[in-house]
Amino acid sequence: MSIWGSSADAGVKIAGEALQGVETATTVRVKDGERVLTDGPFAETREVIGGFYLLDVPDLDAALDWAARCPGAKYGSIEVRPIMVFDTP
Amino acid sequence: MFREEWSRLLATLVRQLGDLDLAEEVAADAVTAALEHWPTDGVPTRPAAWLLTVARRRALDRLRRDRAYAARLALLQVEVDRAEPAQLATDDGDVPDERLRLFFTCCHPALPLEAQTALTLHCLAGFSTPEVARAFLVPPATMAQRIVRAKRKIRDARIPYRVPDAATLPGWLPGVLRVIYLIFTEGYAASSGADLIRDDLADEAIRLARILHRLLPGDREIIGLLALLLLVDARRAARTGPSGELVLLADQDRSLWNPDLIGEGRRLVVAALTGSAPGPYALQAAIAAVHDEAATVATTDWPQVVALYDVLGSVAPSPLVELNRAVAVAMVDGPAAGLALLDTLDSLGAYHLLHATRADLLRQLGRPADAAAAYRRALELVGNEPERAFLTRRLASLPQNRAMPGDA
Repeated sequence: MSIWGSSADAGVKIAGEALQGVETATTVRVKDGERVLTDGPFAETREVIGGFYLLDVPDLDAALDWAARCPGAKYGSIEVRPIMVFDTP
Repeated sequence: MFREEWSRLLATLVRQLGDLDLAEEVAADAVTAALEHWPTDGVPTRPAAWLLTVARRRALDRLRRDRAYAARLALLQVEVDRAEPAQLATDDGDVPDERLRLFFTCCHPALPLEAQTALTLHCLAGFSTPEVARAFLVPPATMAQRIVRAKRKIRDARIPYRVPDAATLPGWLPGVLRVIYLIFTEGYAASSGADLIRDDLADEAIRLARILHRLLPGDREIIGLLALLLLVDARRAARTGPSGELVLLADQDRSLWNPDLIGEGRRLVVAALTGSAPGPYALQAAIAAVHDEAATVATTDWPQVVALYDVLGSVAPSPLVELNRAVAVAMVDGPAAGLALLDTLDSLGAYHLLHATRADLLRQLGRPADAAAAYRRALELVGNEPERAFLTRRLASLPQNRAMPGDA
């Protein structure tokens, strides 16, 4: 087991997921009560991640609906991306 | 003959398999099998059901062989087992039309607009990648990459295959309308091949516009789009001569125009223009109506056409609008005024109609050498044979291209 792999055993790692690439990203903003979708990741490189939610939903539309309801969508952008699912050996 | 079956088959398979690439592969397999069996065994009573059965069998084979799909297969079988049987087959046992669902997937706002249109032309109109590329005036390799990326995003980001509900539908419409419009224009002036007008594409676009109109009868831009397609399509019979050659609006036999389509289009255009500021399709429909109402080109209300293009240019700025506006300006203020406007449209340098229009105005201005150069440039860029033939005739009719009396 690698040193990183032992982090869970060491009781240090709490949670983590690998995200799929930016080409899978869709960005949600809510402006004047209207949902605005952008077909990619955050447009501004100056924007930084302020937090994350991990949702279990059946498809992108469900994720976008929840993202638009998040208060953060009014003040910033919410980037929606799937997590990687690795094959178990 | 397979184009119509193809998109229906694909849409149904996408719904059942939940994977566009797999659906495309097995749909192609089914068509190949049909080409093999039908000529000897005869065409089955329900060709669509036959194709679907073969395709689904292939899909299950592939899924069983492919370990990566194992989890999806389990899910698929559960879904197929409890799938609403009524929706998987119509009363007469034929395959239902699932294309609208696929339409909204291809036009999903999580995809770039250019990918939405490309994918819809590819999946729903059955365009080959080079045909889609010509419709967008980009190289085929660029288009191939665009389609692959779009399909990958649908799969990886899990864009669903469903018709959006009434609340989210309006936000998705502009992309869908543009796609239908592009399918129509491809049908109206085919980008390649022997025929100028591909009736199947124009009919398909009108059919899709009617479906959307039925779904959302109150939407004025859908009404405007349908009106536009009908008013332009009304001239179809007059637009080509006996041997398929191009006939310009000015030379068309207007008695061949379809009065039923014009009547329906004019009724719709009134509805599309009534109310708050009209959208781009309503305005284009209004322009088409002005042409359809005139007995000749000379008696067409050209100042009104220019005025409508002015409004259209402010609502939806585009170099193509400016090209058309320049033609109308040339009719009102003369060819020199039109030519001056064309010279500002550098972004359309790869579009054959820009050069054909320039050539025509240069010819009218008595500049045959410049006109000939512009016709030649248009000929390099044109895709379909009737337009090529038309441009060749125009080029040949220029004074400098006739044999000089002293030549021997």
